[in-house]
Amino acid sequence: MMVPLRAVETPDIPDEPPMAGKGLELAFDGITKSFGDAAVLKGLDLTIPAGQFVAVVGRSGGGKTTLMRLIAGLDSPTTGAIRIAGTARRGLQPDVRLLFQDARLLPWQRVLSNVGIARGPGWKERARALLAEVGLADRAGDWPYVLSGGQKQRVALARALVTEPGILLLDEPFGALDALTRVDMHRLLTKVWRQHGFTAVLITHDVAEAVALADRVLVLREGRVAADIAIDIPRGTRAAGNPRLAELERRVLAAV
Amino acid sequence: MSKGTGALRRGVVPWLLPLALLLGWEVAAKAGWLSARVLPAPSDIAVAFWAALKDGSLPHHVGISAERAVLGLVIGGGLGFALGLINGALPIAEDILDSTLQMLRNVPHLAIIPMVILWFGIGEQAKVFLVAVGVLFPMYLNTFHGIRSVDRGLVEMGRVYGLNPVALYLRVILPGALPAILVGLRYALGIMWLTLIVAETISASSGIGYMTMNAREFLQTDMVLLGIIVYALLGKLADIASRWLERRALDWNPAYRTGLEAA
Repeated sequence: MMVPLRAVETPDIPDEPPMAGKGLELAFDGITKSFGDAAVLKGLDLTIPAGQFVAVVGRSGGGKTTLMRLIAGLDSPTTGAIRIAGTARRGLQPDVRLLFQDARLLPWQRVLSNVGIARGPGWKERARALLAEVGLADRAGDWPYVLSGGQKQRVALARALVTEPGILLLDEPFGALDALTRVDMHRLLTKVWRQHGFTAVLITHDVAEAVALADRVLVLREGRVAADIAIDIPRGTRAAGNPRLAELERRVLAAV
Repeated sequence: MSKGTGALRRGVVPWLLPLALLLGWEVAAKAGWLSARVLPAPSDIAVAFWAALKDGSLPHHVGISAERAVLGLVIGGGLGFALGLINGALPIAEDILDSTLQMLRNVPHLAIIPMVILWFGIGEQAKVFLVAVGVLFPMYLNTFHGIRSVDRGLVEMGRVYGLNPVALYLRVILPGALPAILVGLRYALGIMWLTLIVAETISASSGIGYMTMNAREFLQTDMVLLGIIVYALLGKLADIASRWLERRALDWNPAYRTGLEAA
């Protein structure tokens, strides 16, 4: 079915705040990170309120991926602390989930078992419910290799949400998808963000994607926050051609 | 050409040459061009096969050989598998064990036959030991390599998604290493028969190797050929079994699938 691109983009997404509750506040206290002599992050101090949708943009080498690995607990900051819901954390966190650039599904597990990878009591029911949410209820018994790129990423999204994380990190998860699939994924992500209320941190190099999805865009340049821009227009009106959106996009681009 | 004749061609054509050779051999033997001492007729081998089957000597020898093969495979293969798992998972174990294993691996295991005879005589242990030594290294190397080449991204994903070390090993690392482990098993099966043939031919009082060597003493060329054919069939059987195992265990991998979906 052919639908004009504009129509798929946003108008059916009402601008309402996420359902309260599950998101966790994320704060950086003087975070620096060096690899040998190379300082990748040179002092980050900021707070992301619970349930906020933040996009982090910047050139490659600007520290985006390093920041993400620090939040996920895969690396530790050289100095400073990461606080989740007010308490400093170290190491891998059960309430933080990461959506990788590639879906990273286990090829030897069927879709349902991939979604319920953490197992635990009642995991099958939970996994089925999440698969239904991402529109893949009928693929539960398939092997991952039969899925398309977009479907794999949706399975990965269901897997990330099955444990109801307080913070969801997204590391350029839509970069490899074609334009139409990406628009679908944007809508899906906005929908599940509303329903689950997690705090979202999206890393992307696509400025248009950042301003279309986020409440707030952080521009990371040479290890510092070069700009912190609130996207103060309702999601329902973020269609291409909105002059305010275009202006915000220009501001972000100028800071990158 | 239609699909039907294409399938027929693929099904029939590969058999034409062997059948023709067999037929030529039979004719040459029966006409007296070939001495029965050099090469007895295929029909005579079939008769010898039937006779050995009926008097129970063939099943007896095959059973003993199979027992040695399986025992050696279980001991040596199991040990190689365990070493591969340990060294693949623990760098400290690799530091301690790997270079020693690599040195031992380069000794052709058949070269230690004189040693083995000195240690164990020509009893059962000698053969089982040789088979075990032979299969240990392919199992070790492939298991180790398999564990090491598991996709790092998947391991990282498993950690981020809260898998404890045991679950990570069972659900991510081991299944990821399985294709390589099964390749190791196929190598091991080949070496298993080869080692057994040599060991049984040199020193034994039972088994297929003994049967053929004994037949040689009495110039029973048909029995010698029969022994060779039995070895070939057993090797083929082991190969079929390991392929079946691969298809069952690697169902998730399109490269191992058969049928329409593989296309």
